[in-house]
Order: sequence, then C-alpha cells, then structure tokens
Amino acid sequence: MAKKAKLLPRVSMPMQDPHVRSGNFNEVALGYTLEQAQAEARRCLQCKNPTCQAGCPVEVDCKAFIHEVVEGRLDEAYKVIKATNSLPAVCGRVCPQEKQCEARCKLNPTGQPVAIGRLERFVADSYYAVNPCDAVTGGDDCKLLREDLKVACVGSGPSSLTAAGYLAALGVSVTVFEALHEVGGVLTYGIPEFRLPKSIVHTEVEFLKRMGVVFKTNWVVGKTVSIQDFFTQGYKAVFIGVGAGLPKFLNIPGESLLGVYSANEYLTRVNLMRGYKFPEVDTPVAAGRQVTVLGGGNVAMDAARTALRLGAEKVTIVYRRTKEEMPARLEELEHALEEGVCLENLAAPVSFNGDEKGHLTGLTVQRMELGEPDASGRRKPVPVAGAFFDIPTDLAILGIGTGPNQVLLRETPELTLNKWGYIQADPETGETEIPMVFAGGDIVTGAATVVLAMGAGRKSAREIARRLGLL
Amino acid sequence: MTGMEALVSTILKKRVLIPGRVTEMILDAPEIAVKAKPGNFVILRVAEDGERFPLTIADADAGKGTITIVYLVLGKSTAMLDTLGEGDAVLDLCGPLGRATDIRKVGTVICVGGGTGIAAMHHIAKGHAQAGNKVVSIIGARSADLLLFEEELSKFSHEVLIATDDGSKGQKGFVTQVLKERLESDPDVKEVVAVGPVPMMRAVAEVTRPFGVKTVVSLNSIMVDGIGMCGACRVRVDDSIRFACVDGPEFDAHKVDFGELMMRLGSYVPQEKQSYKCYCECHGKES
Ligand SMILES: Cc1cc2nc3c(=O)[nH]c(=O)nc-3n(C[C@H](O)[C@H](O)[C@H](O)COP(=O)(O)OP(=O)(O)OC[C@H]3O[C@@H](n4cnc5c(N)ncnc54)[C@H](O)[C@@H]3O)c2cc1C
Ligand SMILES: Cc1cc2nc3c(=O)[nH]c(=O)nc-3n(C[C@H](O)[C@H](O)[C@H](O)COP(=O)(O)OP(=O)(O)OC[C@H]3O[C@@H](n4cnc5c(N)ncnc54)[C@H](O)[C@@H]3O)c2cc1C
Ligand code: SF4
Ligand code: SF4
Ligand code: FES
Repeated sequence: MAKKAKLLPRVSMPMQDPHVRSGNFNEVALGYTLEQAQAEARRCLQCKNPTCQAGCPVEVDCKAFIHEVVEGRLDEAYKVIKATNSLPAVCGRVCPQEKQCEARCKLNPTGQPVAIGRLERFVADSYYAVNPCDAVTGGDDCKLLREDLKVACVGSGPSSLTAAGYLAALGVSVTVFEALHEVGGVLTYGIPEFRLPKSIVHTEVEFLKRMGVVFKTNWVVGKTVSIQDFFTQGYKAVFIGVGAGLPKFLNIPGESLLGVYSANEYLTRVNLMRGYKFPEVDTPVAAGRQVTVLGGGNVAMDAARTALRLGAEKVTIVYRRTKEEMPARLEELEHALEEGVCLENLAAPVSFNGDEKGHLTGLTVQRMELGEPDASGRRKPVPVAGAFFDIPTDLAILGIGTGPNQVLLRETPELTLNKWGYIQADPETGETEIPMVFAGGDIVTGAATVVLAMGAGRKSAREIARRLGLL
Repeated sequence: MTGMEALVSTILKKRVLIPGRVTEMILDAPEIAVKAKPGNFVILRVAEDGERFPLTIADADAGKGTITIVYLVLGKSTAMLDTLGEGDAVLDLCGPLGRATDIRKVGTVICVGGGTGIAAMHHIAKGHAQAGNKVVSIIGARSADLLLFEEELSKFSHEVLIATDDGSKGQKGFVTQVLKERLESDPDVKEVVAVGPVPMMRAVAEVTRPFGVKTVVSLNSIMVDGIGMCGACRVRVDDSIRFACVDGPEFDAHKVDFGELMMRLGSYVPQEKQSYKCYCECHGKES
C-alpha cells in the first residue's frame, strides 16, 4: 500500500482570523488557490470503484471532476459537476459533506477524506467568471425556449431553482413565483453572508435568467394567484417548493417578552432586511449584549455567530443534549467555538424572565442528564430534579425547529398532507394528489438540507420533462 | 421576456383625507384587486432600504383593477410613502394577505371604527352589507375633523352613528358608549366588528362581553414577512400563540390578550423614533 504511506493531510482551508471575522460579515472561508486545489485533488486515489458519488444526494461524479482539477481543466470539471448539481458554489459551501460525499470517500477511515466540498466550491467559483451557459448548451447562448411549454415553480429556494434550471435547459419556459421581494429562499433570508455570500446566490440566479427563467417576486401563491389559476393561464405543470419556515415556539412562560425572537425573525431582519445597517436601513434588530441561542443545528449556529457580529459581549448556545449530538455541520460548530461562542449543553429552557416593561432579562434553564436510549438510538435527555439555574440575557433566539409554510397549503385544500402537515408527494416523482402538480424540498420532507431540496427539485423536473414529452 | 419582475404598483390617485395626517391612495394592482376580500391587507416597501410594512385593503375594485389604502403618517415608512404622488410606483406590493373576514348572513352587525381603523373597517362593513346583513356603523375620533369615511359608510350602512371626544359631532364621548347603548336597546345584534387603536378594541371587547355577542377585532401587530415565516406578529389568543399575518389579523375579541399586544407594539419605539428623527432632519420636517 505504497499510496497509503504517502498520504498527505488534507490541504487546510484559508480562513479569516477568528478574532477579526467575529467582527465582520465577510465570508469566513476564503477558498483554495489553484495550487492548493490541485494539491488536494491529487490526494484522491481515483478509486476503481469509487464510493464517494453514492454519498452525494445528487450523485456528483466526484472522481471525474477531481481528475479534471488535477489536470487543470476547470471548465471540464465544472461541466461534470453541473451535469447533476445546478448550484455547485452553494453546495460546496453548505453541504454537510462529513455526512455525505466525504463520509463515503475511501479515505474517510484515515480521518482525512478528500475535501470534495472545498474542491467543488473552488471549481464553481473559478468557472463562474467564464461562461456557465456553455456547460448546459455547449455554446455561448443559454436560451432554447419553447413559448408553448410553460411551467410554474412556486418559491425560489434551492428546490425550485434546481427544477427551474433543469427544465429551462430543456427549453421549457419557466416562471418562478416568490412571495418575498428577493429570491433564493433560505439561501437569501436564512444562511448568513459570512457563510454563503449573497453574491453567490445572485450569480446562480443570474445564470438561470440567462437561461430564460423569469422570476416574479412579491407573488404569494395561494393569495395573489392560485395553483388552479396557473393551469387556466396555460401552465402545463407546477412545482411547489415553498419550504418549511414556520417557526416553532416552546410554549413556556415569557415567550412574548421583548427580546425573544425566532431564529427566522432574527436572521430575516439581518439577512433579508439588512438590519445590521440600521439606521441606514429602516428595519431594526435588537443588538443584544448577552445573547442566548436555543437549539443545536445550523440555524442556531448561524444565529449565534450573527449575534457576535452584531456586537454581543457574550453568546451562549443552550442545547438539551451533548455537544456530540448537535445536528449542526461540524465545521459550523467548530467555527462558532473558535469565534468565542459558549456552549451550555445538557440544559433545557424553563422560562423567560423579564422586567416590568416587558423586556427580557434572563432565562431559567434546567440541568439535564442522558438517560436511556430512545427509539432513534440516541440517549434521551432527562431533567435533573431541582437543578435549575438562571442565565442573564437580553436577547434570546429560538432555533428549535420549524414547520411547513402555511399560506399555500391553507389556500389549496386539494393537496393531501401527511400527519406532520407536510405535502404528501409520490416518492418516485414528487407528484402530489393534484395531477401535474409536483412538490419537493422542505415542504415535503420537513426542514432538511440544501442538497436534498435540490435532489427533489431535479427529480420532479425530470418527471415533468418526461410528461411533456421532452425526454 | 427574461429577468426579474417584481409586482410593482402605480399610484393612480392620492387624496388627503385629514391634512398632515391621513391620506388615501388608489393603487393599480389588478392581480391583488381580483383576489382581495374584506379583512385582507397588503405588505409594501417603498425604498430599497425600506421596511416591509402592512396596510389594510380599505377597498378593492376588481373591475378597475385597483385597491385603496388609507394610512396615518406615524413614522419613517409611512412618511416615505406619503412623499409619493400620482404616477409614482410603490417599489414592492404584496398581497392580499391574511385571512379574509368570516362573513355570513346573520342579521344585524355593528361595525365599530376608530381613527385610521375606520378605513380598514369600511371594507369589512361593505362585505357584511353585500352579504345581506343590516350594518350599523359606529365611528369615532377625537374631533369632527378627524372622522373618516362617513360618506362612504353611509352608502351601505343602515345607520352611521358618530362619537367624538369633544362633542364636535355626534355623541360626545367614546364609541364604546354608543355601542353599549345600542346593544342595550337592540336585541337583534348578532355580531360586532371593531378596528382601531388597541385600547379601543380592548374596550369594545369589554362592552360586548356581558352581552355574549360575537366580537371580532383586527390586530395590527408588528410584521416582517407577513407570510408566516418569522413569528414577529405573534399574539396570544385563547392562551396560545397565533400569528396575526396568517392566522389573523382578525380574532375573537373575547380571547385576545390585549395587554401583551400593547407591550409588543412597543418593541422598537426607541429605534422607530431614531429612524424618524434622522429622516425628518434630512428632509427638514418636524417629527
Ligand atoms: C438558518 C439556516 C441555516 C441552514 N444551513 C444549512 C446548511 O448549512 N446546509 C444545508 O444543507 N442546509 C441548511 N439549511 C437548510 C436548507 O436551507 C433548507 O433545507 C433548504 O433551503 C430548503 O429548500 P426549499 O427549496 O425546500 O425551500 P426554501 O429555501 O425554504 O425556500 C422556500 C421559498 O418559498 C417561498 N414561499 C413560501 N410560501 C410561498 C408562497 N405561498 N408563494 C410563493 N413563495 C412562497 C419562501 O419565501 C421561500 O423563499 C439551513 C436552514 C436555515 C433556516
Ligand atoms: C394587518 C395590519 C394592517 C394595518 N393597516 C393599517 C392601515 O390600513 N392604515 C394605517 O395607517 N396603518 C395600518 N397598520 C399599521 C401600520 O403598519 C404601521 O402604522 C406602520 O408600519 C408604521 O410604520 P412607520 O415606519 O411609519 O412608523 P414606525 O415609527 O415604524 O412605527 C409606529 C408604530 O407602528 C407600529 N409598527 C411599526 N412597524 C410596524 C410593522 N412593520 N408592522 C406593523 N406595525 C408596525 C408600531 O406599533 C410602532 O410603534 C396596519 C398594521 C397591521 C399589522
Ligand atoms: S453536492 Fe454536496 S454532497 Fe454532493 S458532492 Fe457536492 S458537496 Fe458533496
Ligand atoms: S472515494 Fe475518495 S479517493 Fe476514491 S475516488 Fe472518491 S474522492 Fe477519490
Ligand atoms: S409577520 Fe412574520 S410570521 Fe407574521
């Protein structure tokens, strides 16, 4: 095993210094240089039977694109990735690679899998500047539209963007209807700039526009226009990707106090409305000196790191289980800790406390300990009797989960919902109970990941294309 | 056609209802106009760096493709809207949002409006009249010159009763007194709808409670997205959390926690003052 003996460690990612970056909103990870990318790509064993691809929900041919990087053919590498992944610059940044492609890399047992995500990001960032249309049509021009074939995509998160891109590449006239004034879904209003620069999302959207996709903002489907209206207007199929952004609350005392936010409200005020620039912009956001964030996923990490950047003196994440069980991407947790976010594990909120004017002053939590494993095999946290303590806090952010977005569902009773309130869709095609109406992403699965939402968009788009006689 | 198309809207008509305070605008919004029902609202944005803020659809004309909004200049966002004139466009307009009023033929319905709330109440009252209900409108303001929509309401109301704090028109006192007297003398009242300042809606709820009359109020909590994704607009109704933008804005007045609503409406007072002050200083206005 000569190769194994020579195995070099992963090429580390250049990062902004934690002390500097916790004071700005610029992207934390700076990206590989060509030399670094090629050094990392050469670590790939080019396995005869690669397992990495199967770990990727959209089946990126990792081996092939990495080979192109070694050879310095970034345009070819881009085409390989783009063949199955419509948003590579996004995925390279936000996929939980340690659970997906990199988890299945043959090198993973060494603890040093090939940095597939970073390479994907490198390729996408490098090739954008050139001409992405070429990757789809083999020419300078993206547009191949057939005016008679119209499809509507509802929502503009990763599931819809993927469906739109897939169909537009086949010549379908796609219109994306978004309720907010900006497109991108969670990529725009949820994931912060320092992790996913908005310019990346804009570039992806620009590319889709060049392919002929039309984006209509401020259209609340169900309200401004109904699913039925689409068919009356000549659309042949509809893809629903409205997401799961309905914030959950704990239903504990004090939750309405001033200074208690859902993570979605906090992140929307900062990312979509750019509240960090108040009063230059008009939407205010509580600054918070002592901030407490509840939850252990990506959402909680993003809220905590945003609070630091808005000038908080102390930011504490309170999570019911242990650090090992936190569902966040590994890298996000590491970055949060490097930046100075504190963890209070095995603690569960009991009540929010406030002053007579209704301002939040603190959070009472109860100490937990790990009990017997539950149905999922995880040891269940159980409260330690009498072990309560207070955390002084003037801003609390709830990142404890979300439910299905309601507006479209309430206005479209023909859709069948599952017992959790998400849309029931055929697992093979994404088709709902309404013929030619498809659904995918978080509105079907519940809050999941960008790449799973994209996979769902792609699957439905392929079925739509087949029904329209394009495949 | 390629690119980004926002649902923008042109201001067709602008009319000052109360100088320096309340203005009416008729907006060209055919998509919204055909869908708008009483009780619905829109979310607007008037500048790139501006807030998303809600205004009730005070009237809609599906045939002409227009909606009517009526606003009170309170702070920066409404002041900026007020700088726009006929022919100008509202940057973003989104709607119709919220649940429509539950309108059925029940008999006599009393619609109570206070201040700018009278305009919002107008669309609901009109809906009740069109459904065949006998509408008694009760409107109030500090003085006669601050009353709105009296003429419009009288077109379909069975009666329009007025209360002013200073007695300059109608009965001297609050709308709640007029309402109470009416409830005492008229056993046919099946429903009461109230839109206005929170203290007024709270007082209406207390007046109707002993009579056991169904009472609906429209809550004006602070909103961001207006489509149920942030929870900023949460209100406590029947001791559970409800979102005013998607579960409301209308709720059973007898179950609303008005104290909490008042408290939450004060969330950003210092920032709002700062914002408005900066704006006024830059534009040479008095705040
Ligand atoms: C803060 C945060 C951080 C995250 N971090 C990660 C991460 O690091 N990695 C990862 O893989 N995943 C992450 N996720 C999860 C991921 O973002 C989602 O799983 C993914 O965005 C879901 O995509 P979607 O297409 O289903 O919908 P969404 O991205 O939710 O987009 C739905 C869109 O539909 C719009 N909409 C809703 N109703 C209507 C209507 N009636 N009419 C028109 N439009 C409507 C919404 O405004 C929204 O823009 C994160 C999520 C959050 C909130
Ligand atoms: C469903 C609904 C319908 C409404 N209909 C009307 C209407 O028809 N006519 C009208 O004049 N007003 C209406 N309002 C209130 C209107 O939205 C606020 O007056 C406006 O947002 C104030 O913004 P500002 O910047 O001018 O003032 P600010 O200085 O920002 O605020 C003044 C006060 O308005 C409230 N407010 C502030 N921001 C918001 C926000 N984003 N959403 C809601 N309230 C806020 C707060 O109580 C605040 O103290 C409605 C509110 C809701 C929720
Ligand atoms: S899309 Fe995500 S999971 Fe697939 S190869 Fe790229 S980074 Fe890995
Ligand atoms: S499994 Fe790992 S080493 Fe093998 S081809 Fe895939 S990325 Fe390369
Ligand atoms: S305004 Fe955001 S949920 Fe109602």
